[in-house]
Amino acid sequence: MSEFVNTNLSDFKGVWVFCEQREGKLMPTDYELISEGRKLADELGVTLTGVLCGDGVEGIAGELGGYGADEVLVCESPLLKDYTTDAYAKVICDLIEERKPEVFLVGATNIGRDLAPRMAARLHTGLCADCTHLDIDVKNYVEFLRGNSTLDVDAANWDYENRDLKMTRPAFGGHLMATIICPRFRPCMATVRPGVMKKLPFDAEKAGKCRVEKVQVSLAAGDMKTRVLEVVKETRKLVDLTGADVVVSVGRGISKDVEKGIALAEELAEVLGGVVGGSRAVIDSGWMTADHQVGQTGKTVHPRIYIALGISGAIQHKAGMQESENIIAVNKNADAPIFEVADYGICDDLFKVVPEMIEAFKEMKAK
Amino acid sequence: MKIIVCVKQVPDTSGKVAVNPDGTLNRASMQTIINPDDMNAVEAALRFKDETGCKVTVITMGPPPAEGMLRELMAMGADEGVLVSGREFGGSDTFATSQILAAAINKLGIEKGDMIFCGRQAIDGDTAQVGPQIAEKLNIPQVSYVAEIRKDGDKVVCKRMLEDGYMLVETETPCLLTCIKELGEPRYMSMDGIYSAYAKPLTVFDFEALKDEPLIEVDTIGLKGSPTNIFKSFTPPQKGVGVMLEGDSKTVSRNLADMLSAKHVL
Repeated sequence: MSEFVNTNLSDFKGVWVFCEQREGKLMPTDYELISEGRKLADELGVTLTGVLCGDGVEGIAGELGGYGADEVLVCESPLLKDYTTDAYAKVICDLIEERKPEVFLVGATNIGRDLAPRMAARLHTGLCADCTHLDIDVKNYVEFLRGNSTLDVDAANWDYENRDLKMTRPAFGGHLMATIICPRFRPCMATVRPGVMKKLPFDAEKAGKCRVEKVQVSLAAGDMKTRVLEVVKETRKLVDLTGADVVVSVGRGISKDVEKGIALAEELAEVLGGVVGGSRAVIDSGWMTADHQVGQTGKTVHPRIYIALGISGAIQHKAGMQESENIIAVNKNADAPIFEVADYGICDDLFKVVPEMIEAFKEMKAK
Repeated sequence: MKIIVCVKQVPDTSGKVAVNPDGTLNRASMQTIINPDDMNAVEAALRFKDETGCKVTVITMGPPPAEGMLRELMAMGADEGVLVSGREFGGSDTFATSQILAAAINKLGIEKGDMIFCGRQAIDGDTAQVGPQIAEKLNIPQVSYVAEIRKDGDKVVCKRMLEDGYMLVETETPCLLTCIKELGEPRYMSMDGIYSAYAKPLTVFDFEALKDEPLIEVDTIGLKGSPTNIFKSFTPPQKGVGVMLEGDSKTVSRNLADMLSAKHVL
């Protein structure tokens, strides 16, 4: 360990992606990160490597090639079957110290965000959390800023020779963005927000060409200070409104058919992984229980997506939701005040629009 | 047995966030609060204290006014406070911060049976990195996203949350746990607590106190020494007036899905 020197930057080559599996199945983030890793590896002109840990997982490695991996390193041991910080950090750090990749990407799942900081501290390198955009080439980075920032990019002096990985992430709920580099140590490490990077189309020919290497794993029971007693899968519980990522709320507009209106909202929320809320009118009418109320007398929410169905948008309702990141409003009345705070407005009957929205979101998610 | 809880004072981002023209955060215009997840960690520690009478130490790195936060936590029931504060520590990234806090915790001393609690993540940086990095520096096991803790002799069994369920993890001690809000609503300060808060011990560790500690490398702390640097910070384009989508319900739904997907929202 002590002879591992990570300040000779030129010793480090290649882009690596940690490919997480649970119960022997690859996670959706793996495909996204391999696809994004492909872009970075091409910009650097190096190999893209997936790192897969588990027990009896060699068979799923080739699939990663179909999304762009040139090779997959497979670490197998009964001690790697379920994730533990101790075992995974040891095996992967050993491999990194031996083979020296320049970039190491990890999906920002509950597991990735446990593993990556532990590894970065051991490898004595920098780590950027929950990135939403990655670049090597400054030219591409400048183009990214042109569309996604208020900066006057042409007025700035850019060092086009800079080859550090530029890791961009939101801070303070997206009010501010920061691009981070790790110029003195390698590998440069990032966790990447799930669902953000676009996955490439699967290429069966590439999958067949992917080199799969089984790596010698040095791991003993003595390396483990933690033990997994049980892994339990749970179906999603109803999350409380304030913590929800997506909220679909209904208002008086469902009065034509209350039961169906609520059922549609529930289905839409389910497609987006969200929860259902209601305006004061809905709660006062007894159509939903009080814990669903959004607004001044109810809950204040600021989810990533807020969908208001048949809600006129009284001040008291707006006070509870106008800080949401993306507001979508559906209302029959074009003058409804909800449209003043909406990012996307649809002036139509919710009973017609919502079934189409459900279909469109389902299709988009399947892509 | 003792519990050391790592806490952080953060700007309150639940209200309006003020940004300077140069893209940095206008901290002066914002209130500071105790990081919400850290409050859950403190509560979890105090519940152990209620049950076992163990000692609870709260530690923070920050500017001198952070003492006020430590006094509040002592009024809730913590036994002592440690303030790690020095100009040399300012601007540290998570790697640098964890080194400094690990060195301070190591100086306090940890032994079998002890636990270190952190909040899952802080609302200003949202990294969730400092806890695991402290654990690595101290060479002790970690369990993150902990929703329940049960002490079993010298071992601890944790319910560790995953996106699609949970794991039951048994760990040796000393260990570091990062706590989520399921661990319990934080209690209020008590009247007695408030009276006694200023009589409880508060230790300050400055650069001089920590610079020779084995876990600190003085050239990888602070703004200059941190492994990661800011290349650029910027504000996203202002939210414009919303768009009204026109067309039949199928067309508007598809257009909406496309637009949300292009913004990575979907």
